[in-house]
Amino acid sequence: MATPQALIDTTDLDEFRKPLGRRLWDLARKQPLGTAGAFVVVLMAVAAATAGIITPFDPERASLQHMLTPPGGQFLMGTDEFGRDILTRVLYGARTALFIGLVSAFVGATAGLVIGVASAYFGGLFDLIVQRIVDIFLAFPLIIMALAVVATLGPGVENVIIAIIVPFIPQCARVVRSSALSIREIPYVDAARALGYSHTRIILRHMAPNVMAPFLIMLTYFVGQAILLEAVLSYLGMGVQDPTPAWGLMLKGAAVEFIESAPWLSIFPGLAITLAVFGFNLFGDALRDLLDPKLRSR
Amino acid sequence: MNAPAAAPEPAAGGGIARGETILEVRNLRKYFPVTEGLVFQKTVGNVKAVDGVSFDIRKGETLGLVGESGCGKTTTGRCVLQLDRPTSGEVVFEGVNLEQLSNQELTPWRRKVQVIFQDPYSSLNPRMKVGSILGEPMRVHGIEPDPNRRKQRVAELLGVCGLPAKFADRYPHEMSGGQRQRVGIARALCLNPDFIICDEAVSALDVSIQAQVINLLEDLREEFDLTYLFIAHDLSVVHHLCDRVAVMYLGKIVELAESDELFDNPLHPYTRALLSAVPIPDPRVEAERAHQTLKGEVPSPLNPPPGCVFHPRCTLAVDGCRGALPELRELRPGHWVACTEVS
Repeated sequence: MATPQALIDTTDLDEFRKPLGRRLWDLARKQPLGTAGAFVVVLMAVAAATAGIITPFDPERASLQHMLTPPGGQFLMGTDEFGRDILTRVLYGARTALFIGLVSAFVGATAGLVIGVASAYFGGLFDLIVQRIVDIFLAFPLIIMALAVVATLGPGVENVIIAIIVPFIPQCARVVRSSALSIREIPYVDAARALGYSHTRIILRHMAPNVMAPFLIMLTYFVGQAILLEAVLSYLGMGVQDPTPAWGLMLKGAAVEFIESAPWLSIFPGLAITLAVFGFNLFGDALRDLLDPKLRSR
Repeated sequence: MNAPAAAPEPAAGGGIARGETILEVRNLRKYFPVTEGLVFQKTVGNVKAVDGVSFDIRKGETLGLVGESGCGKTTTGRCVLQLDRPTSGEVVFEGVNLEQLSNQELTPWRRKVQVIFQDPYSSLNPRMKVGSILGEPMRVHGIEPDPNRRKQRVAELLGVCGLPAKFADRYPHEMSGGQRQRVGIARALCLNPDFIICDEAVSALDVSIQAQVINLLEDLREEFDLTYLFIAHDLSVVHHLCDRVAVMYLGKIVELAESDELFDNPLHPYTRALLSAVPIPDPRVEAERAHQTLKGEVPSPLNPPPGCVFHPRCTLAVDGCRGALPELRELRPGHWVACTEVS
C-alpha cells in the first residue's frame, strides 16, 4: 500500500528541496552571462570594501623614486607619473565609482519611480504636462545634460552625483509610467480609493511596490551608466578632482601623453571601467529575464 | 459655492431607520468623451454609459441591477461610489448629496459605502498580506489605532467571513478564488459600512463557491444590518438574493419592480426577452417552450437610437417609439416600466 506521503505530488516542491548551492548552480547554468555580471559586481564591491587591506600603498601619496615603473614585481600594474601604484588607485577607484554609481542610480531611479507612478495615477492634464517635461529632458543626450549640470554647479563628488541623477529621473519616470498605467486599471487601486486612502498612500504603498520589476532593472542599468558617466565627467575634468582616485581621472593627463611609452597608465583603469559597466549591464539583463515572466527563456 | 459651511459628516451609528431611504440616485448621467487631436483635444462624441438613471434604496433591502454587458450597470455602481464622478445628476446618501463634496470631504463617507469587486484575483494587492489588507483601512480611518486590537479585529472579520484567523499571514496568491473573494468581502466590512455595492461579486466564482458566497452575503446582511446594491447578470442569483430588481438597457432603467413581481410578471419587452433567455434545467421543458430571441445587436452607446433606445429590437415598437423618450410609469404598485405600449 502506498504511504500517504507518496500520494502527494511533490514535483513542484523538489525545486525548494535542493540545497542553496545546487539552486545557485542551476541558476548560473541558465544565466551564464548574468552570473558573469553578478561575479563582476561582487568583485567590485569586495575590491571597494577591502581596498585598504589588499594593498600596502597609499593611493594619494606621491613617491618620486618609483615614477612610471612598468608593471611587474612590487607594482603589479605599474605606477603613474607621480609614482603612485596603479593597482591601488584602481581598487580605491572602485570605491569612488561604486559610491557615485549606487547613490545616483538609487536616488534617480526612486525619484523617477514616484514621478512615473504619480503621472500614471493622476492622468489627464497632470500626466500630459509631466510627460512633455520628460520629453524635453529625454531630447538631450545623457552626457550633454550631465555636462550642463556640472558646468552650472562646478566639479566635485556631490555635484557629479546631482549631474548624473538629473538625466536619470525622466528616463526612469517614462519606463515606470508605462507599467503603472496598466496597474492603474486594476481593481485593487479602485478598492484603495473606495477605502478613502490618500493619493500619497495609494501611489507609494499600493502602486509603486507593484512596478518593482522595471524599477530594479532600471536601477542596475543606471549603476553601470552612472559609472560610465562619472568616468566621462572626470576625464573631461568636470567630475572628481585629483588626488581622489577615480578611473576617469586616471585616463587623462599623463596617461594621454605617455600612451606609447607607458600604456599601463591607461590600460588598467580603462579595463576597470569597461568591466564594471559590462558587469552591471549583464546583471541587469539577467535580472530582467528573471523578473519578467514574458521574457523568461524556456 | 455658498458660504463656507462645514462639510456634512456622517452621523455616528446607523443614522437611518430600517425601511427608510438610505440612497437616492437622481438623473445620474455619466458620459465618457471621445476625443480627437494630440495636444488640443476636442470632443467628437460621448459614450453615454449611464444616461438618466434614477432609483432609491431603502435601508436593509437589496436592490438588484441587471442587464447585459456594457449596459452601464458597473458605471452606475462606480458613480455611486464616487470612483467616477458623474457628468450630472445626484447621489444622495443619508440625505447628503455626495456630488457636492470635495474628495477630502468625501473621506468620512467612504467608510459608509463600500464595494466588493467581481474578480477576486485582481481586487487584492498582491504585495500585501491579508492582515495588512484588512488592517490598513482601520488604521487610516483611526477606527482601531492599537495594533494588537487591530489584529484581533482582523481575526474576527476573517472568522465572520468563514476564514481561519491564520490567513492573516498569507499573501493573496496563496489562496483560492473563493478564499480571496471572502477576503474581499472582509475588506468591504472592515470599516463598518452601512451600504455595500456588490459589483458582479459572484460572477467570477464557480457554482458551488457562488452558493457559499451568496449565503455569506445574506448572513452578513442580517448580522450587520447592511443594504446592498447587487449588480449582476445572473438572473437566478438576483431572484434569490434581491428584494427589488432594476433592469438596465443601454444606460437607462427600463423596468423596476419587486423581485417576485418582476420575475412572475415582466412587462417591458426587454425584460421579457431577458427572462426567456434564462435556461430551465429540464431539457424536455426547455425544448418545448417558446423562446423569444432578440434580433440584432445592442446599438452603440456612442450614438443611441432616438426615442426609446430599445425600439429597433422591440417586438411591440410603433412609430411613436421613435419620437419621445418613454418615462418610467408606475403601472402597478411598486412596478415601474419605461414603455408606452404595455399596460
